[in-house]
Amino acid sequence: MGLLNSVGNYFRESQVWGSIFRHGVPRDRRTRAMAILSNVFLHLHPVAVRKSGIRLSFTWCMGGLTFFLFLAETITGVLLMFYYRPVVEYAYADIVGLRAHVTLGLLREIHRWGAHAMVIAIWLHMLRVFLTGSYKPPREFNWGVGVVLLTLTLLLSFTGYLLPWDQLAIWAITVGSNMARATPFAGHEGPGAALLQIGGVPLIHGGSDARFLLLGGTVVGPGALLRFYVLHCVFIPVVVSVLIAVHFWRVRKDGGISGPL
Amino acid sequence: MMTTFAHILASVDPAQQGSAIDRIKSFVDALCAPYYFVPLTTLLLVIALVSYKQWTRPKAALLVFVAFTVFYGASMLDEDFFKIIKKPDNVPITMMIYFTGFCTWLGFRQAAVNDDRMKRGEPLIESGADDKVLVWPDLVYTELIALVLCTAFLVVWAILLKAPLEPPANPTNIPNPSKAPWYFLGLQELLVYFDPWIAGVLLPGLIIVGLIALPYIDKNPRGNGYYTLKERPLVISVFMFGFVIMWCVLIVLGTFLRGPNWNLFGPYETWDPHRPAALLNINVSDVFWVVLPEKLNVAWWKPGLPSEASFGIPAFLVREAPGIVLLGGYFFALPVFLAKTVFRKIYTQIGLIRYAVFWLLLSWMFIVPIKMVLRWLFNMKYFVAITEWFLNV
Ligand code: HEM
Repeated sequence: MGLLNSVGNYFRESQVWGSIFRHGVPRDRRTRAMAILSNVFLHLHPVAVRKSGIRLSFTWCMGGLTFFLFLAETITGVLLMFYYRPVVEYAYADIVGLRAHVTLGLLREIHRWGAHAMVIAIWLHMLRVFLTGSYKPPREFNWGVGVVLLTLTLLLSFTGYLLPWDQLAIWAITVGSNMARATPFAGHEGPGAALLQIGGVPLIHGGSDARFLLLGGTVVGPGALLRFYVLHCVFIPVVVSVLIAVHFWRVRKDGGISGPL
Repeated sequence: MMTTFAHILASVDPAQQGSAIDRIKSFVDALCAPYYFVPLTTLLLVIALVSYKQWTRPKAALLVFVAFTVFYGASMLDEDFFKIIKKPDNVPITMMIYFTGFCTWLGFRQAAVNDDRMKRGEPLIESGADDKVLVWPDLVYTELIALVLCTAFLVVWAILLKAPLEPPANPTNIPNPSKAPWYFLGLQELLVYFDPWIAGVLLPGLIIVGLIALPYIDKNPRGNGYYTLKERPLVISVFMFGFVIMWCVLIVLGTFLRGPNWNLFGPYETWDPHRPAALLNINVSDVFWVVLPEKLNVAWWKPGLPSEASFGIPAFLVREAPGIVLLGGYFFALPVFLAKTVFRKIYTQIGLIRYAVFWLLLSWMFIVPIKMVLRWLFNMKYFVAITEWFLNV
């Protein structure tokens, strides 16, 4: 024990350690506050929080779990991108190969189940925020940010659904994306679309409407696979990351986790 | 309706063929017909909201948990039910049921304790606003432990169960039924009762807008930052109806009860793809202009849909007039009436604009169950059907 401690102290007093952490060992109030304040990630927390706010039975840790699951999805997702090609000819085979031949082929399992878990966790986080009335002033705006995050999380899961390119994938996406056909004005079977025409030539038809924009074609085909891949791996995750940063920042700025006034 | 009622009675009739288990199964199957399933779950929710102090007591809740688990576990012995349950993509549904149930209990338990304490004038569970703790180490370590447990949970889950993978995509082989991802099954269910632009665009849009609008409509300053039911009964009841019944229960319905051709099946029934599709549906206009006069059989009211303009009003508007009156009453007259009676206090609290938004959201949420029940009971299709204008509601 004594040896371990002195080795530990040797490192903690070294120039390298000091240059990374900028503060001493978090043993007293001051250094513990510094531990939070001088770290860009931990700095999303306040230095001190209400005792009741961090009780597990109050938050159910659901916001935190949603965030962890998002991280787990990002990490496994990046690894999956090494093996997966978003092309109709390869997509399915890559998924099968991933399970059969790749060491740690468990990645896809973790990624898939994690996605489902994230969907459930985010609902439950919303439920707890609702039941504790934490959307009330001054947290109205952050609740709104949360609702957008909820929508994006569902879309993230939905776009990922197509990528294995199996029967489950294309038909679930076909059912889901058929809705876009009926968008008012923007879908060719939607109300008002027929009004948008120039000299009798309709502007909105099967090859130009909202569904076409989403799928890059009139059916769920190669175009849809590529678009969903880009949305799933780049666009939506980036937007979600930014919004999560805003969300956390506002939790802090709005006075930390809520509690009775 | 009557026939199914007879069916239920028959299912408990001991003279009928089959073992006791079979009779229980067909009883449950009959109860799972949507006109029982959705109203019954709603009734359960109402009972749960009213008696939250009783059922949330740990012993009572444990009893509910055990009873449900026994029922759910025993159901798995049924081949047809097990086939649905074990489909890898349905695994999250089981998780959803248990986790949502547990979290609802946890929230309402604390609400019950808090409401009791408030009555006795004692401090809340969450009281002690000045008790602050340092984030390092208290919170950071909690987070670390949660992260480790969460990772372990995911890894174990991934080892035990393979992720769903079906045969490769085949654009010519359409599965029957074709289902959306499980979390969208509630929305897919709406397609049965509404035109695609309402079910697929308007209603989901209203859910999102409605959630964002919630903090601006709910002006009740109490219940901010602690669990309670007594201080905000209306908002919590409406939200729980939306979340539990209109979202979760419809997902369960879509998963377990919707089979080939989107027909309804009991949870223990075999999915028979050859079962005939549903009956012909009728509109309010048919009821008013055809069914009613036929029933009444008086000289001055001949059955038949109006086909000519009268008083300069086009025929289709005359035809749809009864539905327009009904819907107009629902969307525009009812809120005025309510503002003067039941919602009087709310109206004075939140004012005209907020009240209008509140009613817009509330009315669209409740038109869903209204149309469902009318469809199941009377095969009703539309209140108003002006196909030319895409106005089919
Ligand atoms: C990617 C999704 C999300 C993540 C990672 C996330 C994360 C978090 C975290 C870590 C907290 C701190 C307290 C806690 O854990 O409960 C929090 C608080 C909060 N979240 Fe979220 N959240 C997400 C989505 C949502 C959604 C969908 C809503 C609501 C519709 C929401 C509304 C709020 C509000 C209002 C607070 C402040 C609560 C308080 O002060 O008690 N968030 N969020």
